[in-house]
Amino acid sequence: MKKTVFFGALTVAGLTAGMASAATLDDVKARGSLNCGVTTGLVGFAAPDAEGVWEGFDVGVCRAVAAAIFGDPTAVEFVPTTGQTRFTALASGEIDLLARNTTWTMSRDVDLKFEFVGVNYYDGQGFLVPKALGVTSAKELDGATVCIQTGTTTELNLADFFRVNDISYEPVPIETNAEGQQQYLAGACDVYTTDASGLAATRATFENPADHVLLPEIISKEPLGPLVRHGDNEWGDIARWTLNALITAEELGVTSENIEELAATPGNNPEVNRLLGTEGELGAQLGLDADWAKNAIAAGGNYGELFDNNIGENTSIGLARGLNAQWTDGGLIYSPPFR
Amino acid sequence: MSTLTDPPKPGFRLSQLIYDTRYRSITIQVIALALIVAAFWWLGNNTVNNLNALGKDFNFGFLNNAAGYDINQKLIAYNNQMSHGRAALVGILNTLLVAFLGCIAALIIGVFVGVLRLSKNWVVSKLMAVYVEGFRNVPLLIWILLIGAVMSESMPQPREFRGENATQSMYFSDNVAVTNRGIWIPRIGFTNSVSGEEAVAPVEGAAAVASGGLDWLLVLGTLGLSLFAMRLVRQRADRIQQATGERPTTWYQRLGLLVIPVGIVLFLLGATIVSPYLKGFNFTEGIHLRNSLIALWFALSLYTGAFIAEIVRAGILAVSKGQSEAAAALGIQPSRTMNLVILPQAMRVIIPPLISQFLNLTKNSSLAIAVGYMDVRATLGGITINQTGRELEGMLLMGAFYLALSLVISGGMNYYNRSTQLAER
Repeated sequence: MKKTVFFGALTVAGLTAGMASAATLDDVKARGSLNCGVTTGLVGFAAPDAEGVWEGFDVGVCRAVAAAIFGDPTAVEFVPTTGQTRFTALASGEIDLLARNTTWTMSRDVDLKFEFVGVNYYDGQGFLVPKALGVTSAKELDGATVCIQTGTTTELNLADFFRVNDISYEPVPIETNAEGQQQYLAGACDVYTTDASGLAATRATFENPADHVLLPEIISKEPLGPLVRHGDNEWGDIARWTLNALITAEELGVTSENIEELAATPGNNPEVNRLLGTEGELGAQLGLDADWAKNAIAAGGNYGELFDNNIGENTSIGLARGLNAQWTDGGLIYSPPFR
Repeated sequence: MSTLTDPPKPGFRLSQLIYDTRYRSITIQVIALALIVAAFWWLGNNTVNNLNALGKDFNFGFLNNAAGYDINQKLIAYNNQMSHGRAALVGILNTLLVAFLGCIAALIIGVFVGVLRLSKNWVVSKLMAVYVEGFRNVPLLIWILLIGAVMSESMPQPREFRGENATQSMYFSDNVAVTNRGIWIPRIGFTNSVSGEEAVAPVEGAAAVASGGLDWLLVLGTLGLSLFAMRLVRQRADRIQQATGERPTTWYQRLGLLVIPVGIVLFLLGATIVSPYLKGFNFTEGIHLRNSLIALWFALSLYTGAFIAEIVRAGILAVSKGQSEAAAALGIQPSRTMNLVILPQAMRVIIPPLISQFLNLTKNSSLAIAVGYMDVRATLGGITINQTGRELEGMLLMGAFYLALSLVISGGMNYYNRSTQLAER
């Protein structure tokens, strides 16, 4: 602890430009809260509830990271960002972590100088149309007016899809999901396109969700995940392994209900013990307390619980696990071992 | 006996820099210069350090890379395989378009409302007062959003025009379609186009038409020549009036000069009206005035028009009452006093503040993204920055563009201002 403070001070002193200082963890600890970038409101992923408390699947990641650092899942300042402002907010240091259903692409990773810490939702771009339109395939959308969020990968995928299929469209650029919903429901556009999960979440808030259908085409791979700035690997490790802890917890059957019990009395599964800090010193390696992962999991439950409570089949959004099932269940969700 | 004390030695003490009025101004200027240099050095240094810390370089090469995104309203050919530079140019032209349309509409609204607000008719003057106070006291962004929302929420969808028992129909004998995606109006196509563009039939079975730059150059050139000839006719009438006191009737000559040559050119080019019609999801053909353009244009012109109205009113009130009384004494009809006596003098007061209003309107057009109008702020300053991560370069380019545009506008208006000023000898 002393040592990190010393190195942190040294780093701050070393950089005349204090803004992009490398030791994000020290900044966060000094501030006492995590600044986490989320959407401006997408039910199920990140949206404030009636009391103004942010909740959702992406919010769960923010809360888990805050819990891992402070032991307190409420020590988060949520910063709503649009598709256009999110990267500037992260690059400038306004936020420490961006958990805003953001697609992991090579150019964002390499050219924009960000570090994706993992994937928390495997998604693809879909199309939402009113049933009354009678369209059954995206290839029948020649000449349609399409609402599209600017500054996203979906914007580029859309252009590619229509070009490859040699059909035309009229883009209506919008800034936030709420604006897209308004334009789509008013009929100012025939089609709304974004990640299929986002479409499902948006449709769930409609008055008559059954009047709208998702077209069968999924035109892209959209691995969504949290990201941090390039260049501070220690901070990236904390975010990455917090996410991995949530995933591993589901795989090992550690839930928010049995976690206290498992942490109090170490069982005979060494990986559970290492994860919960009752064995080994994985927490210290990250510069955190030994019970960091326990706090992160206790914050909102393991990966499966976060999924089921926010966007799963029992919620109004009703997304199936599909690709996002654990690898043991035939999905893609897989965490490296805690060792 | 008197003793003379020696005059003080002309030595220089440091305190003179502050207390001696001969040096004080220089001291202050040197300090100010040093502070400004330091501030710029700090800004530059900060930028370089932060770019280094983020591992970013500074170059404009991204402008040559493929943009990858589509733009709905494009005045020049553009597709998503063209470069970011080209996309920025499309955005620049869209900005220029809405600024140009907005300035003209705002000027017309402003002059009308400014004059009417001085009307002796109580209802008219109070209505204008309500308009002015209503528009200039509510933020522009709210007007843009409001007009955009009214357009998209209350107008009919294109599909309501479809079928045998459509609930909506087009206006002006099926020539204009008002929908919640914008307004489609007819365009003019030329069957004998000289532009060399490939002629296409707008509807199956109709004559193939094209509409190229050369055609329009021909039409507008003829119109310009006509206007010039009309001016000559008027000058001749002025000369005769000054020589003889009788003004010859010229309106039929001028009308003929205006209409006949352009009519002949249009006929030779085979001008036909191409009306929009419903095809698939949307209307096609004609000119599509998108919701975003209409909302932005209306809001900008109504908002700025309110300010211009006040400027016009101030200009008119600045002309002394004696001028209108003198006009009345000379027997000039009250209806012509405004045009012949008041407004020419009021212009001298009106133009300088009018320049700032035009600049305001142009810069305010960068609120376009609120309704999804793809201006330079939305293309270069929005999507391009976002997809390439070149915030600094993009923002600098955009700042330079708005600076250049504003300087051009104020330069042009200042030139006009000099020509309307009182020539003093």
